[in-house]
Amino acid sequence: MTRESSLQNARVERSEHESRTLRTRESYVQDPRVQHSRTLTVLRTGPQTLIQDLGRPGNAHLGVPPSGALDVPSFTLANRLVGNPEDAAGLEVLLGGLSLRADTSCTIAVTGPTTPTWVNGVLRDSPLHLAAGDTLTLGTPRGGLRSYVAVSGGITVPADLGSRSTDLLSGLGPAPLQPDDELPLGDPTGVPVGVDVLVPVQVPDELIVPVFLGPRDDWFDNPTRQLSAGRWTVSDRSNRVGIRLTGTALDRVSCRVGQELPSEGLITGAVQVPADGSPVVFLADHPTTGGYPVIGVVPEDALPLLGQAIPGTPLRFAPQP
Amino acid sequence: MQLRRCGTHAVLVEVDSLGEVEAVRAAVEAAELPDVVELVPAARTVLIVTRPGAMQAVRKMLTTVDLVHHPGTVSDEVVIPVRYDGPDLDLVAETAGLTTAEVVDLHAGATYQVAFCGFAPGFAYLTGLPEPLRQPRLDSPRTKVPAGSVAVAGEYTAAYPRATPGGWRLIGRTDAPLFDPRRPTPALLTPGHRVRFEATP
Repeated sequence: MTRESSLQNARVERSEHESRTLRTRESYVQDPRVQHSRTLTVLRTGPQTLIQDLGRPGNAHLGVPPSGALDVPSFTLANRLVGNPEDAAGLEVLLGGLSLRADTSCTIAVTGPTTPTWVNGVLRDSPLHLAAGDTLTLGTPRGGLRSYVAVSGGITVPADLGSRSTDLLSGLGPAPLQPDDELPLGDPTGVPVGVDVLVPVQVPDELIVPVFLGPRDDWFDNPTRQLSAGRWTVSDRSNRVGIRLTGTALDRVSCRVGQELPSEGLITGAVQVPADGSPVVFLADHPTTGGYPVIGVVPEDALPLLGQAIPGTPLRFAPQP
Repeated sequence: MQLRRCGTHAVLVEVDSLGEVEAVRAAVEAAELPDVVELVPAARTVLIVTRPGAMQAVRKMLTTVDLVHHPGTVSDEVVIPVRYDGPDLDLVAETAGLTTAEVVDLHAGATYQVAFCGFAPGFAYLTGLPEPLRQPRLDSPRTKVPAGSVAVAGEYTAAYPRATPGGWRLIGRTDAPLFDPRRPTPALLTPGHRVRFEATP
């Protein structure tokens, strides 16, 4: 899908939505000259801002990655705070720098690592209310990489295979945000949850990542010992496809050196070991099949922190029985 | 059949042939287990991902799979129209020791089956390729294979749903709607489908 067509569709949907909203509110509108559209306008994106929801699992047999927010607990928390269903589409903001203008009044929550948040230049705590014309700006997060922004009503760009998530590997879903994009919002359906204090995500100084051996642990020489003795750091070549690790090379058993594996299905959290021995932990935009052996699988509940891990963070594996 | 652990709620079923892969895939699909999230066939394996707590039911179900006498897949045949004018058609003919017309007759005369998808959304690996057309990949892959290209490599043939890099030998091109994420059934070809190619002028 091209960026043009995605935005066109978004605009068509928005204008239909607008006319519906105006019709239903006709009798209440006092001043017909004031027209607020239920959109957000992107002013700046920072290094990368993506629309995400809970992804499109269940399509791997078509070659379609699951995609979806990397830090799921932070993402669903943001939605609950603004009264959305947990799977409403929001924004995944890499390293801050996002600036938005609200074209309608809405409730916003920012979750994930500690992220300074300004409304019209004034530092504010989230969740917060925006009036039409207000601008929201996110600073650089501390203690993690990705902040999540939920907006009451959710972002209602058209869905691909039931999801609005941007999949950077296969190009499904909306394109990464650009300045001047207008993001259509749905109608708010629930009541925002009031909170005073949010506990931010904080990636520890050293990540200790649980891993269950298999399915191809037998390709490696004493895999438990190698995994628990190894020391790695999170590479700056990590992305939504996977966390690349630099450090200890994992050795294959001698009879498997130089061998190839016919491609096989991959699960999110799979620790794949390419020929050079440096492991990759696959995240939401991972390829659906792969030909390098998977020594083990990181359980789902350990993946959100990996999605927040700053390059250079030391990492160890803790093999599970 | 060997079951390999894949985290806490998935299993990788390893078998010996593409036929056995299809037997496992078709049996799991037919069992309609409610908690199976992903069912991913590949060359020698089937990955089964479940919701937490459902692995035991899957393992029990797998003990009932007959790898030899499976009923086979009953599916409609998808016919893909192809203009056989690909840039590697002469190379494929030369490698096979055939004329290009004979290559077209062979490729369009066979019936294929979708063994699995991967590489890109809607990219289906089709088995059933006649022996003379089983040929190696190009020495140097193309940086961009046009969408709709029909190609062969090893024991497979495929049609590229969209422009991607690729090293397969290109023999033709189709306008068939291979993948559209907005359609209720996004992929034209899914595992188990029978497929034929039809030469068009």
